[in-house]
Amino acid sequence: MKLLFERSRAGRGSDLLPACDVPVVTYDQGLLRAEAPRLPEMAEVDLSRHYTELAKQTHGVNDGFYPLGSCTMKYNPRVNEEAAAQPGFTQLHPLQPVETVQGALEVIYTAEKMLCEITGMDGMTFQPAAGAHGEYTGLLLIRKYHQSRGDTARTKIIVPDSAHGTNPASATMAGFKVVSVPSNEQGGVDLDALRKAVGPDTAGLMLTNPNTVGLFDPNILEITQIIHDAGGLCYYDGANLNAIMGHVRPGDMGFDCVHLNLHKTFSTPHGGGGPGSGPVGCKAMLAQFLPSPHVEEKDGKFVFAAPEHTMGQVRSFYGNFLVVVKALAYLITLGKEGIPEASAGAVLNANYLMKQLAGAYDMSYDTQCMHEFVMTLQGLAHDTGVTAMDVAKRLLDFGMHPPTMYFPLIVHEALMVEPTETESMETLDEAARVFLDILAEAKTDAESLHHAPHDCPIGRPDEVTAARSPILRYDFGA
Amino acid sequence: MSNIPENLKYSKSHEWVLEEDGVFTIGLTDYAQNALGDIVFINLPEEGDSVTAGESFSDVESVKAVSDVFSPVTGTVTAVNEALLDDPAQVNEAPYEAWLIKVSEVSDTEELLDAEGYEAVVAAEEA
Repeated sequence: MKLLFERSRAGRGSDLLPACDVPVVTYDQGLLRAEAPRLPEMAEVDLSRHYTELAKQTHGVNDGFYPLGSCTMKYNPRVNEEAAAQPGFTQLHPLQPVETVQGALEVIYTAEKMLCEITGMDGMTFQPAAGAHGEYTGLLLIRKYHQSRGDTARTKIIVPDSAHGTNPASATMAGFKVVSVPSNEQGGVDLDALRKAVGPDTAGLMLTNPNTVGLFDPNILEITQIIHDAGGLCYYDGANLNAIMGHVRPGDMGFDCVHLNLHKTFSTPHGGGGPGSGPVGCKAMLAQFLPSPHVEEKDGKFVFAAPEHTMGQVRSFYGNFLVVVKALAYLITLGKEGIPEASAGAVLNANYLMKQLAGAYDMSYDTQCMHEFVMTLQGLAHDTGVTAMDVAKRLLDFGMHPPTMYFPLIVHEALMVEPTETESMETLDEAARVFLDILAEAKTDAESLHHAPHDCPIGRPDEVTAARSPILRYDFGA
Repeated sequence: MSNIPENLKYSKSHEWVLEEDGVFTIGLTDYAQNALGDIVFINLPEEGDSVTAGESFSDVESVKAVSDVFSPVTGTVTAVNEALLDDPAQVNEAPYEAWLIKVSEVSDTEELLDAEGYEAVVAAEEA
């Protein structure tokens, strides 16, 4: 399809400004650009059609199955949007007097109470804009904690080799050195390696549980104890909370702080449609370091307060507030009965689909899974030349978003499937049929799979050239 | 089948090492480049940086993933193959010519394998 620049026609536009009726101010010539920016000129209707055409080429949860592992692409209920579209929320100014925004503060306050109950934490901030920002904020909590005790030799964060890539990245950004510990045969943390890795320089551990291969680590209490005995703190990456919410609490597993992805677990839109929200919860001893401002209740009124030894702000104002409204709508809709039922459904759906595929596809761990499972296509690639990438691309032809590919790194030719609880049995059956059909194709017509997808707006892009020599600007020519 | 030259030493994490007069040249093995796929970006340390045996000194990005590269030795970086910054594909094309760094003042090394020992590591990964 044509780019906006290619649709542009000189003089065409949508701006009809009245004649200037105020004195014209002339700027210092040195401040002005030599030539006008080359912006596309077009009518609003053409612009609208351009974006609608683009939108039609995308795939979202409203188009079809989206089993992108570790991303929890669950359906985003319409009622959340209705709540967040209330003018009382959308037309607020962030600096409005606090007496006039009591309802908005109550949203944050109530969401904090509910999410603290689900995670087993004592305090929470909603400032972080998404998951990795939450990780960074959590690590700052850990750093402030050690600093406040004069325990400044703790410079290392331990991360298992199956972790999300953001974990070591966030730890590095927060000024820590990352120590990687290997996984054991069952996909969990290798306890002996962990014992060897801890010491007086251990600041903390970052862990996802269930982990990135979709397994709950049965040694979790021992893991967090090893870290605490060494004087470190435990950080829970909430990416996979959808498997356990309402059943097990990170706080009860021994974690001291946690981030949540409201755009995963709590049904707010994810990806380009976000924005995200990555609230960070912590135990009481860390709450004094939480970002400011923090909503508190005082004499029956909600107020903004600064925690005693606050780290300051990690983002402007109060975070992505409307996302919190949507998440609260979800929490209230599901209630105490619905939240654990949602995670039970997520685990059931993942196991149902895994059972349908086991036998045909190789599972990387031969055991019951939590909310997601990982297949290894190494055998298929070896026998037929058909890779995880080929299978993923072919799924697009059937109106399905592919699973997460080539992650976690500890599994070769990995496809990581997370159906979520919002999919019906019929959708899962259809997905299983497609997966099995593609496997049959791999054995009879591998060549065709190397070129998939065949029926999408674009075929197989040259990702290598795109990454090595990206064209990032429109070429206007001479 | 991976190419594993006899004259080099190897780490279990798929780096090759060539020692000449106290200078250790380090690169990625043929098996590693093949498993990574087409490499699109390499992050390298600078001359004068210190590296520690068993710890990451570089990361490589392929269309599949970003992966750490671990140093097989402890020492000081004396040369960096800066040509790779503009043309990381050299690692895919000629992994044993496209060295990453040279390290001197080496005080410690990881357990380094000979070609036969490394072949067993690769065979185990492929099993």
